[in-house]
Amino acid sequence: MSHSFKFSAENHKKIKQILAKYPKDHPQSAVMPLLDLAQAQNDGWLSREAIAAIAELLQMPVIRVQEVASFYTMYRLQPVGKTVIQVCTTTPCWLRGSDDLMKVCKTKLGIQPGETKNDISLFEVQCLGACVNAPIVQINDAYIEDVNPEAFGRMLDDVIAGKPVKTGSMIGRVSSEPMKGSGS
Amino acid sequence: MTFLNEQDRIFKNLYGFLGWNLNAAEQRGDWDKTADLIAKGADWMINEIKASGLRGRGGAGFSTGMKWSFIPKDNQQHYLVVNADEGEPGTCKDRDIIRNEPHKIIEGALLAASAIGASVGYIYIRGEFKREADILETAIKEAYDKKLLGKNAAGSGFDFDLYVHRGAGAYICGEETALLESLEGKKGQPRLKPPFPAIKGLYGKPTVINNIETIAVVPTILRRGASWFAGLGAAKSCGTKVFCISGHVNAPCNVEEVMGISLKDLIEKHAGGVRGGWDNLLAVIPGGSSVPVLPKTICDTVVMDFDSLAAVKSGLGTAAVIVMDESTDIVEAIARLSKFYMHESCGQCSPCREGTGWLWRLLTRIQRGDADLKDIDLLEDITHQIEGHTICALGDAAAWPVQGLIRHFKHELIARIEQGGRRLCL
Repeated sequence: MSHSFKFSAENHKKIKQILAKYPKDHPQSAVMPLLDLAQAQNDGWLSREAIAAIAELLQMPVIRVQEVASFYTMYRLQPVGKTVIQVCTTTPCWLRGSDDLMKVCKTKLGIQPGETKNDISLFEVQCLGACVNAPIVQINDAYIEDVNPEAFGRMLDDVIAGKPVKTGSMIGRVSSEPMKGSGS
Repeated sequence: MTFLNEQDRIFKNLYGFLGWNLNAAEQRGDWDKTADLIAKGADWMINEIKASGLRGRGGAGFSTGMKWSFIPKDNQQHYLVVNADEGEPGTCKDRDIIRNEPHKIIEGALLAASAIGASVGYIYIRGEFKREADILETAIKEAYDKKLLGKNAAGSGFDFDLYVHRGAGAYICGEETALLESLEGKKGQPRLKPPFPAIKGLYGKPTVINNIETIAVVPTILRRGASWFAGLGAAKSCGTKVFCISGHVNAPCNVEEVMGISLKDLIEKHAGGVRGGWDNLLAVIPGGSSVPVLPKTICDTVVMDFDSLAAVKSGLGTAAVIVMDESTDIVEAIARLSKFYMHESCGQCSPCREGTGWLWRLLTRIQRGDADLKDIDLLEDITHQIEGHTICALGDAAAWPVQGLIRHFKHELIARIEQGGRRLCL
């Protein structure tokens, strides 16, 4: 499948602002924010053409952009679904039941981690850095926190039906404060 | 026992119950006569931070004032880099500071930058923290609009520009030289030291890299004085610290407390206690995934500061306390950390790239009971072949949790092998 990539006019404006953050003789520093912009414009993944466009813009060899794109897990080099669900399974989330969440995902979505179906992709990820609100699931850019499997199952039904979901803590916490009435 | 007094709390909005914006922050005392502090000069600031006993909050615990003093006094471009690439399993304090106290970070960055003569600063924030980065960007814009940043920042006569740079999902970029590589638009692979960043850092220029919590406490320390901060906490672990308490507790939370609080008090007073009561405790990882696990017998009495935790062969690290009750399969708990390090190894040094995979595979085999007793010695041997043999500390961080497991739970490993994968404690 041939694929072309050109930054939108709006993104060209953003690129100007991004480049202004870094010294004039170090435009390469903008490679990460530009990969991020390109990915958002390109349905959530980076094609070879998008990478080549960034290389040209920043006057970098294509391989230097490619190796950055392949080093960081948030850049995706294959097409993904419109909705990306990422379940954290590192120890703090695992202690709070991430295995159950993964099971719910596999059952409801009918896919394994790394697969896409009905425009929904599922990934197993390492620590999302919100451990006192574990277990955590990330849906696109948003964190769903303090997740319990039953409520999460209902949330997935909404995701599958294309309905918006409520992000943040599932038990009504504002941030990382201790839940009142819990424990001793 | 000593707990934090309300009047000594630094992060009054850690939980986000109050506003994060400039108005709300000013009401809490942020940006109060910042120019007067800068007017006291770089030497005063560096000495004050040294005298306060502040040690870096990112895990290594190096003296912040010393780090600042290594920057040469010359006229070349200097940089300040604030490390908010939070990703050490168990740790989520920076996230709260960013989203709920962003002005403490911005003011702290200005003060630190003036102390080291840096006209430009970058805050490197982990990529997944999109919402937090948006808040930080907005707070920075507020600061520019009020002339607290930019030319003649906060009316101090000092010029300072501050930018946010988002990561993209690589734990290794929390290592300071990997972070610099990443900021320069490369793969995040750590640099050999020396030269140290204080001499050759970002773009080859003198650079200070501080954790975001370290930077955020600077304004309060300079305002209230070194002796106030040094008077809190333990002897060589001064001040207060944000602890993250996760895992098998009744009320997981972040909480600011004084250093030197006992682990048991911390868990019982703030996190609702261990699930099923203190006697149901199996083990605690006291300072983020990189530090060795401690069994209950040590947890009963240990206190939370750099030296006390080092004395029991663990560490304060990021002060992320991961609590595990008796129901925990401790082998799997550590095996999952090994998997994490295998995934996050940058691949540059062979002992780490290959060794982290060995650790995970061996632990998984032991967990299943598909191993030989001598594999425990092999496992230990591999940890020593990684430790100290790599450019950065990720190799050590991968080795230590496994060493802790062997040190305190060897009986569990032996039982698992002898009983074909069945757990000892159930």
